[in-house]
Amino acid sequence: MKRLLFALLCLFSLTARASEPVATTADATEAEGFQPGEMILHHIGDSHEWHWFSLGEDHYTTYLPVLAYRAGHGVSAFSSRELAEGKTYDGLKLEHEHLVSEDGAKVYDFSITKNVASLILSAAVLLLVFTAVARGYAKRGTEAPRGIQSFFEPIIVFVRDEVAKKSIGPKYERYMPYLLTVFFFIWFNNLMGLMPGGANLTGNIAVTMTLAIITLLITLFSSNKNYWAHIFATPGVPKALLPIMIPVELIGVFVKPFSLMVRLFANITAGHIVTLSFIALIFIFRNIGVAPVTLAFGLFIFFLELLVAILQAYIFTLLTAMYIGGAVEEHHDADYQMGGGDGATPAQVH
Amino acid sequence: MNIVTPDFGLIFWQVVIFLIVLLLLRSFAWKPILSSLKERESSIEGALRMADQAKLEMQQLQAGNEKLLAEARMERDRILKEATAMSTQLVELAKTRATEEGSRMIAQAREAIQNEKNAALAEVKNTAAQLSIDIAERILRRELTDQPAQQQLVDSYLKEVKLN
Repeated sequence: MKRLLFALLCLFSLTARASEPVATTADATEAEGFQPGEMILHHIGDSHEWHWFSLGEDHYTTYLPVLAYRAGHGVSAFSSRELAEGKTYDGLKLEHEHLVSEDGAKVYDFSITKNVASLILSAAVLLLVFTAVARGYAKRGTEAPRGIQSFFEPIIVFVRDEVAKKSIGPKYERYMPYLLTVFFFIWFNNLMGLMPGGANLTGNIAVTMTLAIITLLITLFSSNKNYWAHIFATPGVPKALLPIMIPVELIGVFVKPFSLMVRLFANITAGHIVTLSFIALIFIFRNIGVAPVTLAFGLFIFFLELLVAILQAYIFTLLTAMYIGGAVEEHHDADYQMGGGDGATPAQVH
Repeated sequence: MNIVTPDFGLIFWQVVIFLIVLLLLRSFAWKPILSSLKERESSIEGALRMADQAKLEMQQLQAGNEKLLAEARMERDRILKEATAMSTQLVELAKTRATEEGSRMIAQAREAIQNEKNAALAEVKNTAAQLSIDIAERILRRELTDQPAQQQLVDSYLKEVKLN
């Protein structure tokens, strides 16, 4: 029941925020010179350089490496400084932050973009933080945790006891590394995305898609006979209905990770859009008097986003655990998945 | 870059970096962390169980002690009772023996007294007979001479005789 409530909650929050950017882009046409829609899309999108801030005409930007492969041309590697302000280098140029070849050849863009740089940074942070936590355990053994170890221990224990054990059951241990990694990866990157100058990594559909596909692959590779029996011969369904049920169940297999992908992407992106929209209002109204109001709202949204950051990490992890649980469960507790069974009240139908 | 179009390069890097992070964290963070957590939990559980067991043992020990104490008390009571019984028996025995001895001694004494008395009486009788014979002899001797004097003599002799 609690899980169902959460799922509903995040769906509602998704629709509520998704409606916001439409209004601001409509406003954008009214304002001259300043294009809030463009500004917002630029902020939430990826780019080949890391633009920190601008003072008048001075742009403070970190130029990141561009790596591209073109068939017949080979690998090109250079700094994105060469492409700044529409310049062409090595037959490549940027069109709306998209790397294209002048001669129209297909470009495989492996550039270390702002998101990739942020990804590497977050990977380093994750490794540093959790090896430090692990060192705490190595040092103190079975004693009480201290410092950074005691901060993360309750969260790790929560993921283990409340997410993995309850959703997956006795086989939870195999999936703990993935669940913990995905939880902290999403959480840390959500938080890094909220920092000034941070990249919108978890609000990028490529990232959420990759995570969702990994979840799908783990689910499929750990699925047992019951899982497939549930799809191709759903228990309690008359034979005549199977031609309808099988496609529905098969679609369900792919809809689950798809929902994971869209939920995380939309929540985080929407949060960024709303925050930026409130800031953009100051420039749209061209009135400093609006600032306190928009800042108050922006601050409110920011705190909400801090909550959403961990909430979305939790939801992604929980749903991943539930999908895995659905794939590995034995016959008897066959009806937990998705339907909102909360573990305490096992299975109905059959 | 459109926000809903996944970018190929980013997918590539995401897969590579995420998998590296996953593998590194799995072996350098999650495994040691989870095994330590498990170890700690099991050690706490073990300690709790041991405490429970110790408590139980303590209770058993206490119960055993009480039982022992009760047994000892019973033993003491029994010994005391036996001792009392024996002492009263001894006293009784001593009393009866003393009484027997006393009565035996009294009887002996009585017998001795009786014997003495008989002996004394016999002696008195002998003496009296002897005396009577002596008197009679003297009377007989005096009679031959003087009548009044004879009487006088008898009186004086009778005075001499002191029957003790």
